[in-house]
Amino acid sequence: MNAPNSYRTGPDDRGHFGIHGGRFVAETLMPQILALEAAYEAAKADPAFKAEMDGYLAHYVGRPSPLYYAERFSEHLGGAKVYLKREELNHTGSHKVNNVLGQILLARRMGKPRIIAETGAGQHGVATATLCARFGLKCVVYMGAVDVERQKPNVFRMQMLGAEVIPVTSGACTLKDAMNEALRDWVTNVADTFYCIGTVAGPHPYPSMVRDFQSIIGRETRSQLMEMEGRLPDSLVAAVGGGSNAMGLFHEFLDDPSVEIFGVEAAGRGLDTKEHAASIAGGRPGVLHGNRTYLLMDGDGQITEAHSISAGLDYPGIGPEHSWLNDIGRVKYISCTDDEALAAFQVLSKLEGIIPALESAHAVAKVMDLAPQRPKDHIMVVNLSGRGDKDIFAVAEHLGAGL
Amino acid sequence: MTSTAPTRISTRFKALAAEGRPGLVTFITAGDPDGATSRAILAALPAAGADLIELGMPFTDPMADGPAVQAAGLRALKGGQTLVHTLEMVADFRTRDAATPIVLMGYYNPIYVYGVARFLADARAAGVDGLIVVDLPPEEDDELCIPALAAGLDFIRLATPTTDDKRLPTVLTHTAGFVYYVSITGITGAATPDANLVAQAVARIKSHTDLPVAVGFGVKTPAQAAAIAAGADAVVVGSALVEAVRTSLDADGRATAQTVPAVAGLVADLSQAVRAVKRG
Repeated sequence: MNAPNSYRTGPDDRGHFGIHGGRFVAETLMPQILALEAAYEAAKADPAFKAEMDGYLAHYVGRPSPLYYAERFSEHLGGAKVYLKREELNHTGSHKVNNVLGQILLARRMGKPRIIAETGAGQHGVATATLCARFGLKCVVYMGAVDVERQKPNVFRMQMLGAEVIPVTSGACTLKDAMNEALRDWVTNVADTFYCIGTVAGPHPYPSMVRDFQSIIGRETRSQLMEMEGRLPDSLVAAVGGGSNAMGLFHEFLDDPSVEIFGVEAAGRGLDTKEHAASIAGGRPGVLHGNRTYLLMDGDGQITEAHSISAGLDYPGIGPEHSWLNDIGRVKYISCTDDEALAAFQVLSKLEGIIPALESAHAVAKVMDLAPQRPKDHIMVVNLSGRGDKDIFAVAEHLGAGL
Repeated sequence: MTSTAPTRISTRFKALAAEGRPGLVTFITAGDPDGATSRAILAALPAAGADLIELGMPFTDPMADGPAVQAAGLRALKGGQTLVHTLEMVADFRTRDAATPIVLMGYYNPIYVYGVARFLADARAAGVDGLIVVDLPPEEDDELCIPALAAGLDFIRLATPTTDDKRLPTVLTHTAGFVYYVSITGITGAATPDANLVAQAVARIKSHTDLPVAVGFGVKTPAQAAAIAAGADAVVVGSALVEAVRTSLDADGRATAQTVPAVAGLVADLSQAVRAVKRG
């Protein structure tokens, strides 16, 4: 395959990234999806929208997030210089807020008073509940009943912020099922409801819109690194569930051929078991939740359950742009098991005093593999997409320490 | 693109028009609660009064379906139902019934994974007449709609309360067989539709097309079916029938001697009510 002139021009006007993407939704939703696309295009072209975004990003979210040289962690690994992009320091504790802010401002422009969202780990739900509180919007969050159980602190946070959290008991009771229920709600209440999708997936324009809102991560990284090191990074590493934190970091650098890019899928109990969430490594192209992308499924096209210790990665699909970046070879997708992520969670906590979210710990774990193989002048940036406070109960349980 | 050759669907709607009455479209999920019982239910539908049959292709993630149809799909999948089995079920039905139209209804992924060309050939060979694929709007017509029409299968589109006059021509462009009007903004088996609003919507659609219009989503009782059918060419009942399957099962979720009669009995009641609707 010939390399395109740019990796940053997608999707096409029908939302396709190669064979991936598209708009596979029920007719009831189609007029709303077209209205959303038009509203987003208008907002992008409106300097007032950008000014509004920038104001809240600076004063409410707390951007820019620091780019931090993890000196002790780098010394411990004995190879590359590792920088952490500190998205966990954002208001609400993860990168999710960048996207939610954009979508909530868009919902206000569209005059939608009711916001729905799906959530896995609860980070997107918390960010959505937070901005709904800030702007006085009604907020309903769908969350798999299993995730409600393993992410109790975030459930309580959402409730404190005034959101209604609806536990979903269909299917495996995790993120996929929460997204089904959110889509059912949207089909039913489409007139007054805005669906705030938390990742770079779903029907067009969501994958590119969410990417655009998250791309501030990569833009800041470029300018911060130019200031600190006077040059581009040599490699980027980020965890991929749906893939919004990864797209946010990667997109800015896709056309810089010297930058090697790694997306880390969740390998759960191992790719040789059925209990993982690595859609690219273990899946095939299929159609679910509004887009074509790599999915975990059986031979009859029935979607299979994903598994990951991290609720935020526990999804049988991946954003369509990632699927395309895999197909054309621009990004390398590797994977990380539950055990590797747990080990990395502890190492980073002890060496840097930074407790990563279990999602981000998947990326940190692969940095622990990659960095020692790189020279000391190699600059590796890892997206520390969220903080791990929400995970301490789950980690304690896995380590056999009751809290 | 629309074929003018008579099909089972167009022949059946012409016959209904000649009789001066609306039709009854019955939805069941293929393989619910098990393969053999589901075949027996399918076989019993025409005699009970079904004019057209929608056969649901089970899918793990039916995003436009309510709890009743979701549960039916999961029962079928648990029983080992696959798309191959569903096509075999149609072929088996066709050995005894050459006239009743069968429309397969479901979601795109199992078809995409099966392979579109292979699926269309096998569906046609089995005796399938049309397809309703919920997650393929006109914007994705290249995927299945246009190949299906070329293969001689009707692609039946859903029009909804959110499909305005501006969009309606887009929705109708490659629609064949009939138009399925979704009577509520919502999922299957949810709110009860308002018969007056539905009749107005059907009239609006008919001002754009000569195709028959069937109305479904949320129609549960014979009285509701008759009220909706009065303003349309046909009425679709689905969730109520799969609920009849569910309530007939034993404590372990297995079919009982009551399962087939429960569904056939409800279809007979619905049919009687729909047949009593006379047109001027």
